[in-house]
Amino acid sequence: MTQSSTQIAPKGQRERDFKPSTSARHALDWVFAVLVFIATIIGLVVLAVLLVDIGLDGLPRLSWQFITSFPSSFPENAGVYPALIGSLFLLLLIALISVPLGIGAAVYLEEYAPDNWLTRTIEINISNLAGVPSIIYGLLGLALFVNWLAPITGGKSVLSGALTLTLLILPVIIIATREALRAIPDTVREAGFALGATRWEVVRSHLLPMALPGALTGTILALSRAVGEAAPLIVVGAATYITFAPDGPRSEYSALPIQIFSWISQPQEGFQIAAAAGIVVLMAVLILTNSFAIWLRNRYQRRA
Amino acid sequence: MDSEKTREERRVAEAPESRQSATERAAATPSGAGEPSALGMKVEDLSAYYGSFKAITDVSMDIRANKVTALIGPSGCGKSTYIRCLNRMHELIPGAHAEGHVTLETKDIYADDVDPVNIRRRIGMVFQKPNPFSKSIYENVAWGARINGYRGDMDELVERSLRQAALWDEVKDRLKESGLGLSGGQQQRLCIARTLAVEPEVILMDEPASALDPVSTQKIEDTMADLKESYTVVIVTHNMQQAARISDYTGFFYIENMGDPGQLWEFDETEKMFSNPDRKQTEDYVTGRFG
Repeated sequence: MTQSSTQIAPKGQRERDFKPSTSARHALDWVFAVLVFIATIIGLVVLAVLLVDIGLDGLPRLSWQFITSFPSSFPENAGVYPALIGSLFLLLLIALISVPLGIGAAVYLEEYAPDNWLTRTIEINISNLAGVPSIIYGLLGLALFVNWLAPITGGKSVLSGALTLTLLILPVIIIATREALRAIPDTVREAGFALGATRWEVVRSHLLPMALPGALTGTILALSRAVGEAAPLIVVGAATYITFAPDGPRSEYSALPIQIFSWISQPQEGFQIAAAAGIVVLMAVLILTNSFAIWLRNRYQRRA
Repeated sequence: MDSEKTREERRVAEAPESRQSATERAAATPSGAGEPSALGMKVEDLSAYYGSFKAITDVSMDIRANKVTALIGPSGCGKSTYIRCLNRMHELIPGAHAEGHVTLETKDIYADDVDPVNIRRRIGMVFQKPNPFSKSIYENVAWGARINGYRGDMDELVERSLRQAALWDEVKDRLKESGLGLSGGQQQRLCIARTLAVEPEVILMDEPASALDPVSTQKIEDTMADLKESYTVVIVTHNMQQAARISDYTGFFYIENMGDPGQLWEFDETEKMFSNPDRKQTEDYVTGRFG
């Protein structure tokens, strides 16, 4: 066996041990930068083309009449009012139900739950639930909220729709809130406990305020997804043609994605234009929701 | 060698005898009161575990009231684990538990009917890395007192605590600013202030100045000298000069072989520990032969 050399290369030798030219490496670096830039651009360009196309078709059709009218057999008279109210009502109910449930579950799993097989089983299943297709939630909602709990929810009502979509987005909210809680260093918890605080006092005074920006970001994304869902709502009985706006949680209803879908299915060009206008309204709702939540998040970020 | 070890072990284990000799020494020194100081806390046969791993074994210690007790020893010997058992913070780590008795005044804090939340108010802790809350300076100090239901004047409590921590003059005009905007040394003094605000009986400090610059360290050491008038102080430190400077009693923790649990190898008045310790390993450590 030859003795391995532990001699360090002399100064003259060191330069010669390595490939002198870095131009090939820099070239590769530049190529890679360009490629990832193109990847970004492709996504953005497609999105921009989509938006511009929709805008060109839909914006002219947009008017006060469009927003305040009800659907009609005549495309000129068709309006988005009941669908708009339905979507906003759904959004409100979903936010009211899913945010406390989601944040509460995340706080329990992250701060209170002991590290045993039950907790780990719950965690795995929440991650799985986040990936279940939305139509499955629709079927679940149909069986549970529309049929079984009909006396409470009123059957095919806004409440049933909201509960169904809550189930859909709950895993996302839980995961986002848990990540936000995990990001808080343990030193904060230690400091709180060392002053003679209970776990709830530490959570309420320190952890929740610090986790709120991250939790709200995840909630925003989740709520945006819920507003855009059509399939599960159709399954739980949202109407595709409705002549009144929902007047309570147990009322029948429609929603913007469903109304858009219904119009697109019609042959007349007028309805295609109406659908484009409906999409513009839907995007406006999403932008407003996101902006409000981002404002809320920034407010908590400055306070924390 | 075995008999030598047994002899040493017997000497350290015979608590009454060592306490008596400490008392005699206290009586002999000019500043000594001539009688043993009262007990702040009494630790008996404390062992601590992380899951099934035993981190410290059968530690017994008398912590004198209104004195500074320093805990020294090489890294990994269980000093931090031990000090966290004194205010029941150790058991907050998942899977961790402690066995033994720790008496505060007349009550064993590990008794079944004791509320650990109450214990942690009465036995406060300052950590190695300053960790003020991301709230205002005022709120940092007031929060602990508020959740414990403080019934007095909060403004006065905040000022008093900040004065005791030697921070009042530096922050009195900016109490509404964030605690995180202070320098490292100021943040640590803020952490001391908020610990004082819940009016504990004992203050535990886990290497409180090790992350700080020398000027801040000096300020903290001066504060500790003032604190012992009203509180019992226990401090873990890697800085032996610091232990020699500020403490009245010193405990030396040691692990014989890797993987063994840490033990309290020797415990005595600081002066004796640093000039004439009983055990060889103590002497080797304080003279810097190993660290």
